[in-house]
Amino acid sequence: MPPLARWFVRSSLVYLGVSLGLWAVQGAAAVWALPAGMVALAPAALHLFFVGWATQMIMGVAFWMFPRERQRPFGSLPLAWATFGLLNLGLLMRLVGEPLHTLYPQGGWGWMLGASGVLQWLAGVGFVVNTWGRIRGR
Amino acid sequence: MPPLTRWAVRASLFYVLVGFTLGALLLAHKGVGVHPMVWRLLPLHREVLMLGWMAQMGIGVAYWVFPRIARRRGREAFAWLALLLLNGGVWLAGLAPALGLPGWVLVMGRGGEVGAVLAFAVHIAPRVRLPPPETLLPPSTG
Ligand code: HEM
Repeated sequence: MPPLARWFVRSSLVYLGVSLGLWAVQGAAAVWALPAGMVALAPAALHLFFVGWATQMIMGVAFWMFPRERQRPFGSLPLAWATFGLLNLGLLMRLVGEPLHTLYPQGGWGWMLGASGVLQWLAGVGFVVNTWGRIRGR
Repeated sequence: MPPLTRWAVRASLFYVLVGFTLGALLLAHKGVGVHPMVWRLLPLHREVLMLGWMAQMGIGVAYWVFPRIARRRGREAFAWLALLLLNGGVWLAGLAPALGLPGWVLVMGRGGEVGAVLAFAVHIAPRVRLPPPETLLPPSTG
């Protein structure tokens, strides 16, 4: 497994643990009164699962297993690392910014959601650009 | 990679572009307010990413790497049918709420998605088995 694939897979496992942990805590809302912040975390927790865990696991395994080119087996390494960095930065920004914005709509946190969206979008584009050339028969 | 895998993976990458663009738009709208109509894109975002991206990538890669039967991939037509139904279903179920189309369009879309799962199950079920020992190699090419 190339180093970047290990980073993708390891961090995807961390997100899996964190998102399931957050869900478990939110499930406890059925029994105990939880702080409003926990409820405001729900959409971000869902995306830690879908983007942090599932998408990142797919990205890591695709980076590792897809057919390799002779010249550049993994496409552009800087682009692949940028994808990893942008995705995680964007996701963490959402994890912080979304509940803050939900709890304090006038608090001036909204820009963090916009920025998080741009970072994750760039990561998505980076992944597609770097993976496209590796979809081939041989 | 066989042709079906190439089609499925390319389509799923296309859905990453569409779905992440919609997601970024939704998130920006939630944060700084873009346009009230943006919320209508949420169902499309969901369908495109959960089925178009993740499920389709799974189908494409499973078709490629699962053990073959006598060097062949078995009931290939069912795998193609699955891709057809999945992609049709994603657009029907995703666009119906966004465009305010009648309820039966959404029902047809969901039906297509369920049909895709069944068709792929018919394709892949016989391939869920121990591979012959000589093929126990990583799926590098082909
Ligand atoms: C594999 C990737 C993704 C999947 C499967 C996914 C799935 C979903 C689902 C199921 C919902 C609906 C939640 C609900 O109705 O309560 C949702 C909502 C949303 N998604 Fe995603 N999503 C993905 C990626 C993204 C990305 C990359 C962004 C932003 C860049 C994003 C932004 C949003 C926003 C803003 C909402 C609305 C949250 C709210 O209700 O306040 N998503 N997504």
